[in-house]
Amino acid sequence: MDAILLQILNGLDKGSAYALIALGLTLIFGTLGVVNFAHGAVFMIGAFCAVTLQKLLKSYVVIVDPTKTDFLGNPLKVKVPYVEMWFGEAAGQAIINWTVPLAILFAIPIMLIVGYVMERGLIKHFYKRPHADQILVTFGLAIVLQEIIKAFYGANPIPTPAPDAFSGSFDFGVLLGFAENTIIYPLWRLIYFLFSALIIGMVFSFLQFTTFGMVVRAGMADRETVGLLGINIDRRFTLMFGIAAAVAGLAGVMYTPINPPNYHMGMDFLVLSFVVVVVGGMGSLPGAVLAGFLLGILESFASMNEVKTILPGIDQIIIYLVAIAVLLTRPRGLMGRAGMMED
Amino acid sequence: MSFLEIKGVNKRFGGLQALDDVNLNVEEGTIHAIIGPNGAGKSTLLNCFIGKLMPDSGTVTFDGQSLLGLKPWQINQAGVSRVFQTPEIFSDLSVLENVMIPCFARRDGMFRLNAVTPTETETDIREKAEQMLIDVRMEDKLHMQASSLSRGDKRRLEMAMCLSQDPKLLLLDEPTAGMARADTNNTIDLLAELQSKRQITKVIIEHDMHVVFSLAQRISVLAQGHVIVEDEPANIKGHPKVKEAYLGGAH
Amino acid sequence: MFDLGKVNDRYLMIFFSIMVLAGPIILAPFGAGYPDLLQRFAIFGLFAIGFNILFGLTGYLSFGHAAFLGVGSYAAVWVFKLLTMNVIPALLLAVTVSGLFALAIGYVSLRRSGIYFSILTLAFAQMSYNLAYSVLTPITNGETGLQLTLEDPRILDAANDTGSLPSTNLFGLTMNSTAKFEILGMTFQFNVGFYFCALILILGFYLALRIFRSPFGLMLRAVKTNQTRMNYTGLNTRPYTLAAFVISGMYAGVAGGLMAITDPLAGAERMQWTASGEVVLMTILGGAGTLIGPVLGAGFIKYFENIFSKINDNVLHGWFAFLPDGLEDVVVGVLHFFVGKGWHLTLGIVFMLVVIFLPGGLIEGANRIIRRVLARKDKSNTTVSAPAE
Repeated sequence: MDAILLQILNGLDKGSAYALIALGLTLIFGTLGVVNFAHGAVFMIGAFCAVTLQKLLKSYVVIVDPTKTDFLGNPLKVKVPYVEMWFGEAAGQAIINWTVPLAILFAIPIMLIVGYVMERGLIKHFYKRPHADQILVTFGLAIVLQEIIKAFYGANPIPTPAPDAFSGSFDFGVLLGFAENTIIYPLWRLIYFLFSALIIGMVFSFLQFTTFGMVVRAGMADRETVGLLGINIDRRFTLMFGIAAAVAGLAGVMYTPINPPNYHMGMDFLVLSFVVVVVGGMGSLPGAVLAGFLLGILESFASMNEVKTILPGIDQIIIYLVAIAVLLTRPRGLMGRAGMMED
Repeated sequence: MSFLEIKGVNKRFGGLQALDDVNLNVEEGTIHAIIGPNGAGKSTLLNCFIGKLMPDSGTVTFDGQSLLGLKPWQINQAGVSRVFQTPEIFSDLSVLENVMIPCFARRDGMFRLNAVTPTETETDIREKAEQMLIDVRMEDKLHMQASSLSRGDKRRLEMAMCLSQDPKLLLLDEPTAGMARADTNNTIDLLAELQSKRQITKVIIEHDMHVVFSLAQRISVLAQGHVIVEDEPANIKGHPKVKEAYLGGAH
Repeated sequence: MFDLGKVNDRYLMIFFSIMVLAGPIILAPFGAGYPDLLQRFAIFGLFAIGFNILFGLTGYLSFGHAAFLGVGSYAAVWVFKLLTMNVIPALLLAVTVSGLFALAIGYVSLRRSGIYFSILTLAFAQMSYNLAYSVLTPITNGETGLQLTLEDPRILDAANDTGSLPSTNLFGLTMNSTAKFEILGMTFQFNVGFYFCALILILGFYLALRIFRSPFGLMLRAVKTNQTRMNYTGLNTRPYTLAAFVISGMYAGVAGGLMAITDPLAGAERMQWTASGEVVLMTILGGAGTLIGPVLGAGFIKYFENIFSKINDNVLHGWFAFLPDGLEDVVVGVLHFFVGKGWHLTLGIVFMLVVIFLPGGLIEGANRIIRRVLARKDKSNTTVSAPAE
């Protein structure tokens, strides 16, 4: 029982990332009808927003500290980050320590701009082109984005730790009446899951309760009719693209403490997120979220040693197996509508 | 036994009885029109004998063979060709190639891996296709790309593609839908001319009365999923039930 | 038109063969005349030709073709390990195994079309890649890759007591032997391995030409333009697309086999989806659906990859030494991102530009230029003749 619970918990953080990326993918597909292979790169850009902020906050001046001396008796040169100079040592260190949460604020405007520029500058011209062309051009864009990041940040993963306050872990077992130390769960993963749930909730309530969201939902159902009503659907869809980018970007920001970001993390997640979207059903938002968590948890179960001894290698392929099975038996996915992209 | 026999066909979509015990007999060599107001179930009926829809009950027999549950290509191989509302042609290919493809399908069946014989050595296929294009008076457009044809020519091309297979039955789904009067008349002339050259059984779904009365030898009127009248064109005009169906039963 | 096509094809075939066979001479002045690169041209050209039979003709965009390439490589290396260093059995097994593999994957994937097909092939390829890295290590030797060892049985070959690894050969003619000639200060290298690959490439090109011109090819193009009409024409599209899929998988298998022949090892990274993406790039860049385009695209990418990755900042400084110092540093600083390790960035940008502005690839670009030149000629003719009238 506790082992099962532990696996479910372990699957949640990856599942959250899948769900957030897939949510954006399916939102873009549903509203704009575009298959966006560059969405994984957007996730990666989000993660690198955190890296950039960390770099910025840690930028320092070298000053001579007269109170300290090195072993030869000369005054010691120390590196003092600007933030420590401006806000005092304690506050400055706290700010640096809280880089990742702060990066959320930093990333939102950047991701909105990235989304806006991508849509207006490139994707807009591909609405009328075949899906194959959309796949190809966004695939090209993904390569370009990842290579730019690689050129600036190098090929190695860059550690971006969570704030010290969240670096510990949380004993879930005690909470649920199991013995101590049976279900230990890193705090940051819990935060990540809660954060994702919050974002997903926000996106859904935005679509559900605002007029804007209503128009977007109507547009997803029947774009032409909504256009005929005299509503400028394109402008709203552009903003939707920005929002999708922001969602993926935030998923990236918060993911950095779990896995140090590198330039190919976008591509790694993209393939899986596509699979998630397909399993959930193209153009279905709840489907994307559901499938994201389901597959995340399934993957975590498949990597249990007990399972691996029976079916070696299953953890490597489980997601793809599920995707193939779903596509063949239920091409619309778990919650998709009929006729989506069937040609 | 009739050539095409539709017996007791029912189809229900949720609460809507789209087809209600439809019976229809098409005799060999005739042009049979199915008319009716919008929403009468014409398209549903057509979809039932081209493998797109499965009726809830009833039978569709063509030349002694049931068409139900067959794939579109199997139905075609049985001798049924179809003309669509908007011409379905291979728009990236040349006019001649468009007609050669159905000729290959007639000769080679549903699949043949003839990957090393050059297409140009297939003279029998080519001659047949060219003859067919002469019949529809498109011999001067053999090497044009199909997408650059006018709408009327696309319709002719599609007709040529269907006829090149020497079908036993040709289904025409609103062949003049959305056409201007002149194009409509051209299509009627073409159909009449082709009928005089080869006596192919045709079923026309149409709501343009002009087309129907110019061509059909027998007419079935469909309303709210029933066949209300089936008779010769002369007797259909002015039939009280038909008037009622078209003008609406609301008294 | 057909007669013209026939003549054209014969010239095309002769022209293509000459260009390929004279590759070591033609490319030597461009610094690309050495065997390793020439072999890569031929192998990736073949890979792209095969991919184009599927994508260019039927329009089905597969994102998993690298899996067949990888399988072909593994099969060939196993033949080298167990049977013989002769390349013919290796190539035969590579074709057979990749063909069967393609048959299985294609049978399942082709039940769907459009984006779903792309994702299915992607999923299958990623699965193969992940398995090759993990559970299938006994067959694939995992991360290290499958290599030859001295202990391999090679039951058909004479005992090897030289103490060094044997090299691949065609009935005794070793693949890595090269004849070098120095003429006019240039080195021309004629390598057996390259000529073997070149012959296979020419054969593959000829077969593709026949397929393009055959009724089968016509049917595949018909599938691409209108599946509905195809179905109502009495043709079953599934066997056609499956046959195309298997044929193109076999081309990939041959390419993989040739990779193992020129360098007898096989690694899982050949199956990764980025490798599948590369063949897509080549085909689109050259011109999908054209005969010569994919070979051109493959050559273009491999050539510039080779050139660009060699350029470093020192080379750039050498080139721009004529500029004032400050400007020179700026120019070099900017170009730095596009050369050397930044080659993929350049490739990505070129690829995007091609998809946006030249969906028909380099071939379409060349056609446009030719048409424009011809049009200008016509215009100048008329302007010249106008006053005379």
